[in-house]
Amino acid sequence: MSYKPIRTLFELPTEENLAPGHRMCSGCGVTVGVRQILLAAPKDVIVVTATGCLEVSTVAYPYTAWRCPWVHVAFENAAAVASGIEAALKALERKGYGKRYPVIAFGGDGGTYDIGIQALSGALERGHRLLYVCYDNEAYMNTGIQRSGGTPYGTWTTTTPFGKVRPGKTEVKKNLMGIVVAHGIPYAATASISHWKDLMNKVRKALSYDGPSFIHLLTPCNRGWRFDPAQTTRIAKLAVETRYFPLYEVENGVYRITVPVPRPKPIEEFIKVQGRLKHLLRPEYADALAMFKKQVEDHYSYIEMMTKATSSK
Amino acid sequence: MMVQKLALSGDEAVAYAVKQCDVDLVAAYPITPQTIIVEKISEFVANGEFEGEFVPVESEHSALSTCVGGSLTGARVFTATASQGLALMHEILYAASGLRTPIVMAIVNRALNSPLSIHNDHADMMGSRDCGWIQIYVENVQEAYDRIIFSFKLAERDDVLLPVTVNLDAFFLSHNVESVELIEDEVVKKFLGRPKRKYRLDPDEPYSFGAMAYPWNCFEFKYQQVVAMKNAYRAFDEVEDGFSRISGRKYGKLGKYWTDDADYLIFIMGSSAGTAKHAARLMRQEGLKVGVVSVKLYRPFPEKEVLEVLEGKKGIAVMDRSISFGAPTPPLASDIRSVMFANDMKVPMMNFVYGMGGRDFSVQDARNIFEMLMKKDPSEYPKETIYYGVKA
Repeated sequence: MSYKPIRTLFELPTEENLAPGHRMCSGCGVTVGVRQILLAAPKDVIVVTATGCLEVSTVAYPYTAWRCPWVHVAFENAAAVASGIEAALKALERKGYGKRYPVIAFGGDGGTYDIGIQALSGALERGHRLLYVCYDNEAYMNTGIQRSGGTPYGTWTTTTPFGKVRPGKTEVKKNLMGIVVAHGIPYAATASISHWKDLMNKVRKALSYDGPSFIHLLTPCNRGWRFDPAQTTRIAKLAVETRYFPLYEVENGVYRITVPVPRPKPIEEFIKVQGRLKHLLRPEYADALAMFKKQVEDHYSYIEMMTKATSSK
Repeated sequence: MMVQKLALSGDEAVAYAVKQCDVDLVAAYPITPQTIIVEKISEFVANGEFEGEFVPVESEHSALSTCVGGSLTGARVFTATASQGLALMHEILYAASGLRTPIVMAIVNRALNSPLSIHNDHADMMGSRDCGWIQIYVENVQEAYDRIIFSFKLAERDDVLLPVTVNLDAFFLSHNVESVELIEDEVVKKFLGRPKRKYRLDPDEPYSFGAMAYPWNCFEFKYQQVVAMKNAYRAFDEVEDGFSRISGRKYGKLGKYWTDDADYLIFIMGSSAGTAKHAARLMRQEGLKVGVVSVKLYRPFPEKEVLEVLEGKKGIAVMDRSISFGAPTPPLASDIRSVMFANDMKVPMMNFVYGMGGRDFSVQDARNIFEMLMKKDPSEYPKETIYYGVKA
């Protein structure tokens, strides 16, 4: 598909659809990511947001931070609401009553991995022209740091505290991209707020497709991950550099690592700066640390393997 | 003008009306006994007879969510469900009315699990009674067809902007084939027009929908829905007048059958109103002064009309096809009792639950109810709900 890639910051528009003055936490990764996504998208865009941090903090009546048309309906249905907007605009345009616009839906990891997975699956299967962004801060942060299907193994949350017999969360992070890719949609990608150009060009590419696209965006949360709010972008970058969060895209079934990490930093560098994970470095959780490391390595190898396996497609 | 008559089931009649209403979006999930509606619309799509989009969603929750999103673009939107499907939509019913989306939904009233039953009662709609939707019940297939067209007109008024449910009884209406007079396509189109919605998802004039509200302004949002309901009540007759001009048919908020000089009345909803009317007609031939009130508009509740029809009656039976477990009386009986109490009117009343899970309600059953009213001394009417026909 053809799209206009961004090469330098000077190419970014000066008008923004997300206004300052919203109530997201200082150092919030989500806001950084949403801002980048909207800067990459056309100005005339319709945004759907699932219930969550982004929703409650940007639209508290009578104020709104959104300069584009925006809607929130409920927690688990952002993909369904976006489907309806897309389908209705399609009919209105065909009948000469209106015009189609790009539709972007934002859901957190709770709204995507867990309660919203059915609506997302339905929307992807039906082939609506929309971009769904999962902003993944790896737990239910808006309700106070409870575990989700996106929370990694060994992580402390308020519902997976570590203790004498448990190392934190005892289940692994669900392979969301695997689920999405299995729908055979034209475009899916992971992204990190630390790699703005990579993210923004993925948004442009995603919106160029006449079908569903998906971006899995890692958005560190200083409240839930327990780190200094000034370190958000640095931690997002460490997630990539340690291979914890590989940046890749799957375009028509072909995997491609967009930010290769040939010499990863030790995973401990990512772990030790976060209150939710650093207990894994204590001797009593050595087994859990080994398990955490193995999962990170296995996942990266899996993406490498898929890249090789689909390269001749 | 040639009136076109077709033999249609209730579900088919609904689908025909949707096709004629220039609907832009239908999002629906199949559930017995609503399936024929979505099947028929799919046929219209396949044959190029339906210009809108049909979105075959993966659940009723998504069906209504898709409708809400679609409606907020200014599009005309329809869905249909029944029973469990309506229960699954429950959360979004409130979002749809709170966001003031004029969606029209056909509900083929069916019992709620458990035990599983695909047959008729009103437990589904009554379970979502307070969801802020206008609620209309129909008696026959013609009425089902007419009320879909009527409902879009009512819902889309600027002073209303509320979603509407058109309730038709499972199987008794959904699958029953009757002769239906269709209104011409162009006449329907002209009647409905395309009212432009001031607030919609439009980049040229961007608004935010579905904001979070605090305790100091949430109440005011809810109160606006109260006002809209009152407006819908006021607008109802005007919209019906308009509808009767294009169709020659008028139903009213209450269907009144031999009520003026009656001593005894049955209040009832849905298809069994027809059964009760037939019983009343036979009893009238015997000189018995009985009549039937079919409650067609259930929300907003036609308080004034109910009071008028109650004036001077010796006794009434209020028939509910749903149970409000643990409540003093089931829903319709509660409403009528409350209306009487608030207006210092005391017509002796018996209340019944009947026909749960599709249990048949025959002409003889309606006659039995009238006879109970007539034989007992009204001052000795039992106060407790009678579960009519239940095997104890």
